[in-house]
Amino acid sequence: MIVAERLSWVLKLRRGHKLNMEVFFQQFSNGLAIGGIYALIALGYTMVYGVLRLINFAHGDLFTSGAFLGYTFLVSLALGQSAGTVGAILLVVLLVMGVAAFLGYVLERCAYRPLRRSNRLNAVVSAIGASIVIQNSIMLIYGPQVLVFPAGMKPNVIVEIFGLNFPLMRFFLFGASVMLMLGLYFFINRTRLGTAIRAVAIDQDASRLMGIDVSQIISLMFMIGAALGGAAGVMVGVYYGQITFTMGWIYGLKAFTAAIMGGIGNIPGAMLGGMLLGMVESMAAAYISAGWKDAITFLVLIVILICRPTGLLGERVAEKI
Amino acid sequence: MIKALPPALVAFLLLLPPLVCSNYWLDVLNAIGVSAILAFSLNLIVGQAGMFHMGHAAFCAVGAYTTAIMNTALGTPVLWTMPLAGMAAGFFALLVARPIIHLRGDYLLLVTIGIVEIVRIALTQDIFGLTGGANGIAGIDRPYIFGFRIYKPSHFYWLIWGMAGVTIVLFSYLERSRFGRALNYIREDNLAADGIGINSAAYKLGAFVLGAFWAGMVGTILVSKMTFVSPAFFTFWESVVLFVIVILGGAGNLKGVLLGAFLVTGLPEAFRDFEGMRMFCYGAAVILLMIFRPGGLLPSRPGDYNVAEFMKKLAGPAPNPRSGEDKRP
Repeated sequence: MIVAERLSWVLKLRRGHKLNMEVFFQQFSNGLAIGGIYALIALGYTMVYGVLRLINFAHGDLFTSGAFLGYTFLVSLALGQSAGTVGAILLVVLLVMGVAAFLGYVLERCAYRPLRRSNRLNAVVSAIGASIVIQNSIMLIYGPQVLVFPAGMKPNVIVEIFGLNFPLMRFFLFGASVMLMLGLYFFINRTRLGTAIRAVAIDQDASRLMGIDVSQIISLMFMIGAALGGAAGVMVGVYYGQITFTMGWIYGLKAFTAAIMGGIGNIPGAMLGGMLLGMVESMAAAYISAGWKDAITFLVLIVILICRPTGLLGERVAEKI
Repeated sequence: MIKALPPALVAFLLLLPPLVCSNYWLDVLNAIGVSAILAFSLNLIVGQAGMFHMGHAAFCAVGAYTTAIMNTALGTPVLWTMPLAGMAAGFFALLVARPIIHLRGDYLLLVTIGIVEIVRIALTQDIFGLTGGANGIAGIDRPYIFGFRIYKPSHFYWLIWGMAGVTIVLFSYLERSRFGRALNYIREDNLAADGIGINSAAYKLGAFVLGAFWAGMVGTILVSKMTFVSPAFFTFWESVVLFVIVILGGAGNLKGVLLGAFLVTGLPEAFRDFEGMRMFCYGAAVILLMIFRPGGLLPSRPGDYNVAEFMKKLAGPAPNPRSGEDKRP
């Protein structure tokens, strides 16, 4: 039945019926915004995985805590009244990044550093434990209900491009995530600390011999990842307008999917994977089925892993024996 | 004699609850039993074969829905659908695991998470018009054994813990069989196992299918206990809980897994009064346990094999030194 509908839809296109370009461009801009958010979260996963070979299951919950901290700063502290909407959001993003970085540091210190030398299965389970702890701390502090960002907090400007109306927020979010990613890219590739990070990712023991404090670098990577995740949390809060304490699971899962799609451990790969995933999801929701969009995302992931297990940008590495 | 004492004691203690417990606690024990059996079947994959598999709820779901559909649409008695549910889950595992079996640890973990999500979404979206969407399927019969209708918590207690007992016995034999030893070898060093001629992909697939078969049968018990089934039973979170049971209790050790089931499923019930804090403490406890007891509460020990005896058997009967000649070929 549904298949028949789709087929007739495709046939209409073939016969040259007017293609509804509005839907396409709306979904495209939506995909840009979501993809930017996924890419930001994926960076945190990929950086940690690149060094520790650990899936940081708690990263999605750091993202959630970013969203809730953003809510606190915007609503409870009423930063919106004092600084104007756009300025307030920028300020809040910066504040949240700072606090999230601190949370990331604490997380690494308590849950991961003691396990650095042990079995990887243990580290994964410890990460799940950390995720439960963060999730429930958020629930204990803010309560289990859905929090809604007040409508006035959301700059609801519509821009017209070639006769189509888009919410400005999408481009704002996309721009913000691109800025953050560019910042990270220059930090990793052009600074002394960035060089140290790359060195640790390649070989921890050799870096230690070169006088790099590996533990400090790992802490730094957790802080950067958490800060980016926290910023993504604020963005999701402002974009969708409502947040719950459990939302980190699914965003984290998708962002990790994005990281693997791009090639795990590869920073440009995470950016590419995030954008791609956002786009796939957005298009799948419009053209295939909104209910199936998450399933399609995971299906794409499985296909990529079977056909190209190292991801799109990942290099083929021989298994260490 | 002394070695057999603790298991006998545990078995004896497990006979008591239907006589002394309230229905509420019997239900808690039943839930523990169900997750224990599921964890035993997951242990085969995670503990014995060392594969990171976090999507076990998907296999249980396939079994549960097989039973639900066959019972409501065709009127097949619930317990007769049990082997079919197992086979459906096993076949499903064969289909999905075949292409992914070669993936390395974390990748496999992620793919299995993806599978459990896809299955849940497919069930919610009423795939093939059979699964009833988000509401699921209601009105499933109670099981009968020789005309005896099983419906009270105490009845289910016997059914579930009976199956748990059978599972423990069978799986502990499996653990020491050629199959189980091959899985352990693969877990310790996949490459070396390949090197001595163990077809690791086939053995891993076998572990997956067998684990899924068992999980599918548990699905039957689950739906007959609830008399309805819905996608909400089989979330990613349920899979995570099973995974934590296995690792926390002691991967590869059936006693440890049983203990894990009691702690992970049972303790949150015992601390129901501390509603808010209990999950928080649970998470913290998981982290602390992983730091201080990396092998789980009861770590698995290497098997106890009588190597000298084995070598003697390998060499055949000892040659008689006085005859002066060796009759062996």
